[in-house]
Amino acid sequence: MRIELNGIPTEVAAANLADALMALGYGGTALATALNGGFIPVAARATTPLHDGDRVEVLAPMQGG
Amino acid sequence: MRLYDVDVSSRLLLGTAQYPSPLVLTDAIAASGCGVITVSLRRETANGGASGFWPLLQATGALILPNTAGCHSAREAITTAQMAREVFGTNWIKLEVIGNADTLQPDPFALVDAARILCADGFVVFPYTTEDLIVVERLLDAGCRVLMPWGAPIGSGRGLRHVDALTAMRGHFRSVPLIIDAGIGAPSQAAQAMEMGFDAVLLNTAVAKAGDPVAMARAFGQAVAAGRLAFEAGLMPPRDMAVPSTPVLRMADLGLGGLR
Repeated sequence: MRIELNGIPTEVAAANLADALMALGYGGTALATALNGGFIPVAARATTPLHDGDRVEVLAPMQGG
Repeated sequence: MRLYDVDVSSRLLLGTAQYPSPLVLTDAIAASGCGVITVSLRRETANGGASGFWPLLQATGALILPNTAGCHSAREAITTAQMAREVFGTNWIKLEVIGNADTLQPDPFALVDAARILCADGFVVFPYTTEDLIVVERLLDAGCRVLMPWGAPIGSGRGLRHVDALTAMRGHFRSVPLIIDAGIGAPSQAAQAMEMGFDAVLLNTAVAKAGDPVAMARAFGQAVAAGRLAFEAGLMPPRDMAVPSTPVLRMADLGLGGLR
């Protein structure tokens, strides 16, 4: 299926968010995720299914004012 | 200074963006003596492009205040706050909901909506707000116990643009910690805010974009401390006319004319 990952169209085979992150190279721990604008906690990633056209945001700590 | 129920060692809060290098950033944090630093969440690249930044900040020992910078709707800010709470392990959130792309001024309506929902969800909310007294009352009603009025548009370095309105805000809400956030460009402006009785100052660009950010961080730390000391000492009331400071009594009359 094709999802939008951080704004970029991306092909994934994984059925849920946790597996998709692993497959896409997001192994780090300090990550926060959102699906279609809503927060998905770490504990819910494995039980969050992905569908064609989903918008996934993967964010990390960054400089800020 | 107490922010919510946490003792904070310094009245200067420092942003972590735009520094020339990570080393300059951590040196500036140390030189400023600040007790709180602000951070954000941004898109991560695969294989952890930004992963080194977070341990660096954790090592500073400063309290972490994540922001919702760049959010233009309550819903965006709420989701960002939820993400920040998980990643940074704190329920503190500097709530920014921007209403205008040119001035980056807060959208007070969306700000109050987001503050109400976040406070109810257990967040400790630091709202970036205008100095409008009615908005402030609504934010307090929503559950905010600390407020962050803007000094000038973010990154402008213009200092306190609405001194009368800020004075009124300070006067109306004497027991609420008020932190001037944004627009401070020089240590003298930070000192001015502190002399006016504001509890603290939050700034970023003025230090990060200085010729020597570490020295400027130290200058701001001293200015904030000096301004606070001056406020506590009690400033003299201004006068319209000159009043000689040297006694006139027993001044010599040399008989050479001049005013008496």
